Amino acid sequence: MESRVRRAKARSVAPTKASPFEAGRAHFALPTLRPFYMNGIRYCEAIWRCTVVGICVPFLLAGDAQAYKAYVSNEKSNTISIIDTAERKVVGTIKVGQRPRGIAITRDQKYVLVAVGDDDTIQMIDTATNKVVDTLPSGPDPELFTDDPSGRLLYVANENDNTVTIIDIERRTRLGDVEVGVEPEGMGLSPDGKILVNTSETTNMAHFIDTATRKIVANVLVDSRPRFAQFKDDGSELWVSSEIGGTVSIIDPVKHAVKGKINFAIPGMRQEAIQPVGIAITHDGKTGFVALGPANRIAVIDGATHQVQKYLLVGQRVWHMAFTPDEKYLLTTNGVSNDVSVIDVAALKVIDTIQVGELPWGVAISQH
Amino acid sequence: MIRAVIFGGLILLLTAMLARAEPLTIKIGYVGRAEKKATISLLDYPPDNDGVAGARLALEDNNTTGKFLNQRFSLEEARVKAGTDPTDVILRLADHGISFFIVDLPADMLLKAADAGRARGLVFFNAGAIDDRLREEDCRADVIHTAPTRSMLADGLAQYLVFKRWLRWLLVVGSHDADKLYAEALRRAASRFGAKIVEQRVFEDTGGARRTDSGLAQIQRQIPLFLQGAPAHDVVVAADENEVFAAYLPYRTRDPRPVAGSAGLVPKSWDAAHDQWGANQLQNRFTQMFSRRMTALDMQAWSAARMIGEAAARINSADPQALLAYMKGPDFGLAAFKGQKLTLRDWNLQLRQPILLADGRTIVSVSPQEGFLHQFSELDTLGIDRPETKCRLK
Repeated sequence: MESRVRRAKARSVAPTKASPFEAGRAHFALPTLRPFYMNGIRYCEAIWRCTVVGICVPFLLAGDAQAYKAYVSNEKSNTISIIDTAERKVVGTIKVGQRPRGIAITRDQKYVLVAVGDDDTIQMIDTATNKVVDTLPSGPDPELFTDDPSGRLLYVANENDNTVTIIDIERRTRLGDVEVGVEPEGMGLSPDGKILVNTSETTNMAHFIDTATRKIVANVLVDSRPRFAQFKDDGSELWVSSEIGGTVSIIDPVKHAVKGKINFAIPGMRQEAIQPVGIAITHDGKTGFVALGPANRIAVIDGATHQVQKYLLVGQRVWHMAFTPDEKYLLTTNGVSNDVSVIDVAALKVIDTIQVGELPWGVAISQH
Repeated sequence: MIRAVIFGGLILLLTAMLARAEPLTIKIGYVGRAEKKATISLLDYPPDNDGVAGARLALEDNNTTGKFLNQRFSLEEARVKAGTDPTDVILRLADHGISFFIVDLPADMLLKAADAGRARGLVFFNAGAIDDRLREEDCRADVIHTAPTRSMLADGLAQYLVFKRWLRWLLVVGSHDADKLYAEALRRAASRFGAKIVEQRVFEDTGGARRTDSGLAQIQRQIPLFLQGAPAHDVVVAADENEVFAAYLPYRTRDPRPVAGSAGLVPKSWDAAHDQWGANQLQNRFTQMFSRRMTALDMQAWSAARMIGEAAARINSADPQALLAYMKGPDFGLAAFKGQKLTLRDWNLQLRQPILLADGRTIVSVSPQEGFLHQFSELDTLGIDRPETKCRLK
């Protein structure tokens, strides 16, 4: 649930990456449009459009270099790696508590929240200073969490005591618990914020919780060891991955029923190695991405037909992922190879690999 | 007439509502041994609730899930003395409405129990006996095996030793029947995976206490003496299921060699140090509930009780034969913190499972090792496979 924070609409391209204006240059020269490469990224130079009075202004054609910050939790290193998504390299490392896993950024972009399971708490990192400044009172062994649309409440799955904890982020207080199945893990919130879905790994269910009453309204059985729950942005479908079952269940959130299942088959890959975990779906709902764990691949799913379109080879034991806010790139955490793969979402190609700390687990990306 | 139909309909509706409110109830029996086995190390001394504690934790897990499905699970425990007939105990529990039995008994007693339950349609889980014959010539259509076999354990170990290129084994075998069976499985594993047994020695059990006040001084001299004159070897492999000598081997061998098998690097279904694949959570739940560490027998019993819970959740039935059929089928899989789902070998009802290799402090490795391939499931590189089986399920 790393990227559960609302993503901004695609923004205009930053002018800083265009060719610098050089004073004194011949006014009517029109440099040809030619791509150049920096850190492996293709940029297009600006075309200079000149007015009759002889003033040239840069007219930007292309440039996919909007820089966001990606925060990657390294489960074994007890650190967060900060990646500059334009430069595609680690620009900083933050020391955190024991066993950082679930990670997200608050809606106001002020804090990175990271569940440090072995310290039984969630740490708050100030995005301005990159320092841990506070903690939130979760239950024992927090793993994944999601915030409500107002950004005020945080819902946390506590693996160790079969509960979902509700936390007031502002006041740093615990408001209550909801009892769920054994080993709660995945957390998904409906786009309208009315329904919270928690998956329990040993009970093998998606529990639908009414956020107003904090009561379970439905339980849907899915395949073994459900890890992750993701709604489509229009609220029409809920996708739940089953790590051991090897499937993704497509659930009708109104009828509370499984209406279809995504199955995976990779030639030459034994079926047990295909273990779906993280899920990301584009805003338009047309394309889904499912991390397949030790199969070292991301499956690309047609959002309408639920058929697998393609398997993208990434690093080893891929678990979670997050889009950049412009949805141009998808970053995946590859635990065993200690790196992050960068996928070009339009081209459906893996275009880069970034080394991070040990056993990268989750990733969250800032809005700016 | 119309009134009668309406009345009948109302009655039907009421019955349906009542039936819905009544939870589906599944009663499970745990039948264990009355005696505890002697161990060399104090640390390995079995706790009183060894095995049944695992079943109890699984019951807790099943009932948490059952809360949402209107299903209830209960557990009754009984102990049987070695060498006695368990028939009466089984039938008494069956009279209490128990239809599933998790059994930790020696092979012959398990077979007697299964024979006693056959006419009543009872379903058994062998959680304790590792004898291959229970899955081969003595297999039964109503006995599921969650305990691994000797051949699975031996193959799991052999694959790792071969991966390490420790190919020359000095095999030391105890004098009990079980030790001979384990040695047989180890020999089979060595020839399957390309290791060589350079020599086999028998360590006689001459009786005597395992704990004496000044025993260590003697052992330190006895073990190298026992191992002297052996051909060149990479590893000492011990088959000692009765804990007579194997635990004395590490650090006392004549040549500086690692020890594996019944001591040193031990193949097992579970270990208190196993924390991968979410196992940490199960270990935590277990420790919280019982204030001790989870053993392999606990895990084997947990797996059995969870299999019942998993099948019941999927098909919403308490009928033992329906649940058994589902467990044998292609849709069944148990998530048991071993990195992949566990399924049943449909030809002998053995639970497929990875084998942990533990040194007492950490998990050194998990078999099957990479590169040991199989056309159906790599887990079937462990133990006796379908083409070699002598089992005809009846």
